[in-house]
Amino acid sequence: MIHRSSKQRNFLNLVTQVVAAFGALLGIFFLGWIVFEVLKRGGAALSWSFFTQLPPPPGVESGGVANAIVGTLGITGLATVMSVPLGILAGTYLSELGRETALATCARFAANSLVGIPSIIVGLFVYASLVAPMGGFSGYAGAVSLAIIMLPVVATTAESMLNLVPNELRESAIALGAPRWKVTLQIVFRAAKAGILTGIILSVARVSGETAPLLFTALNSPYWPNTFTMPTANLTVTIFNFAMSPYEHWQQIAWGASLLIMAAVLALTVTARVVFRESRR
Amino acid sequence: MKQAGNTRHSKGDFLFKLIAAACTAILLLVMAGIMFQLVRYSTLSLQQFGFGFLTSEAWNPVTGDYGAASSILGTLVSTAIAMLLAVPTSFFIALLLAELAPPAVSKVTGYAIELLAAIPSIIYGMWGLFVFAPFMADRVQPFLGKHLSFLPLFHGPPMGIGMLTAGIILALMILPFISAVMRDVFTMVPAVVKEAGYGVGGSTWEVTRYVTMPYGFAGILGASFLGLGRALGETMAVTFVIGNKHAISVSLFAAGNTIASTLANEFAEASEPLYVSSLVELGLILFAITLIIQIISHFWLSKIRDAVGAGL
Repeated sequence: MIHRSSKQRNFLNLVTQVVAAFGALLGIFFLGWIVFEVLKRGGAALSWSFFTQLPPPPGVESGGVANAIVGTLGITGLATVMSVPLGILAGTYLSELGRETALATCARFAANSLVGIPSIIVGLFVYASLVAPMGGFSGYAGAVSLAIIMLPVVATTAESMLNLVPNELRESAIALGAPRWKVTLQIVFRAAKAGILTGIILSVARVSGETAPLLFTALNSPYWPNTFTMPTANLTVTIFNFAMSPYEHWQQIAWGASLLIMAAVLALTVTARVVFRESRR
Repeated sequence: MKQAGNTRHSKGDFLFKLIAAACTAILLLVMAGIMFQLVRYSTLSLQQFGFGFLTSEAWNPVTGDYGAASSILGTLVSTAIAMLLAVPTSFFIALLLAELAPPAVSKVTGYAIELLAAIPSIIYGMWGLFVFAPFMADRVQPFLGKHLSFLPLFHGPPMGIGMLTAGIILALMILPFISAVMRDVFTMVPAVVKEAGYGVGGSTWEVTRYVTMPYGFAGILGASFLGLGRALGETMAVTFVIGNKHAISVSLFAAGNTIASTLANEFAEASEPLYVSSLVELGLILFAITLIIQIISHFWLSKIRDAVGAGL
């Protein structure tokens, strides 16, 4: 340790505080800047037709992203339906049924690794496993890629939330003669409901803004998503395509779509927080 | 769970456990499947180019000659910029959240930083391309070019898009993740240890520097590696602002590319088998790097958790 006078020490401490406050303000400043620009530019693009019409061809100053809104809702919904039951059951195995087994140890490792893998790699995997063998891009492939991203998140949150349930609850139910599956489904799940729900909402929030895994799975489409067996319109890839185009009107539509996505993701994140806080009361 | 004299229950329990185990196995299958498919699809490129793929600067779909050098270097450079900016900033933000700020301020700030993490990559991309890149071109890059022109890093025309802009936006994106984990590490250090530091008359900075930091060092490293893994694989925001050029340049103002941005830009349009295979091999490289970093990060974070769990 270096010997410093108390004046120097106080000064150093003040510098730390100033630097820390500056760092936090910097973060808040950028958050404000991004939200402000998206609200301003995206807000200008919103209109009735934005929500009801198909994307316009270049040069036409109208149109909207109605098909992409429907497509994104469908793909995200389908991904949720696929990943939530599987994820919760996997989390149950990890926490309740097979905690110390080799399967659980390996699966925990796999889940932790999957959470950190870039989402574009998941896109490549689904392309290789579904798109290429089936001979074309499809909304189903997009939903599968989002489900793969959600699955480890749901499983690990379910595991940690189930771990929080006090053992006395399980013991008293078992003492009453209930079978293990009934204890888990009717007692433990009910106790961990809010925590698991928070995890699900957060994972939906995370994938509803995902673009990279949809680029080579769902692709995009200028038409209504009548079937998920074909390339399917979605908001995020629409933003990417339209933003990169040279047409100003398309770029404006991309801003409008960005506003929708940002609003949805932030609303979901805040909801998750509220659900979790309510449950703690 | 088989109990003697209770066969009525054991059948349902067995079935339930089997279904849950099957769902758990899916996680393993996906992980193994990703490795298998990436290797299978890269085979063609691996056979064609061998290890030369890593060092070749070529990227020519017309002649069918591919190399990963510019993508790998671009990934490393943009990530390095991001880490240089984000790690120190996150450290001080975490310090503010955990130690310095009054609870109310800490709560609001923590909330804002959390929202910064929730904003999707593509929104950063939009903001980066249409708002931040012009700002860089008009203000920041001319300034750097004027005052730091002795460094070749800051040569060239201020275009806005390029390696530097991508690095700064990446820094912004990983900042909330690193700060959140570092904050947890700081709060994990037992209060008695810190109080001992304050007890002998240490200031906040001194306790942080000589008590908290050495105690939580593994956790701080783990948090940084978590951010590193994210920065390496970040795709959309980078694709919007990096310029997407297969070229290596000393100047940070120049357009470049990363592994992820190359995949995002070219994969859907690639049809030539060797082209597809080369792109998947890029993906395989990215996968391997991020997996290793993820494992290191978990190792360090579990080390600090164990240390705390075991008491002093």
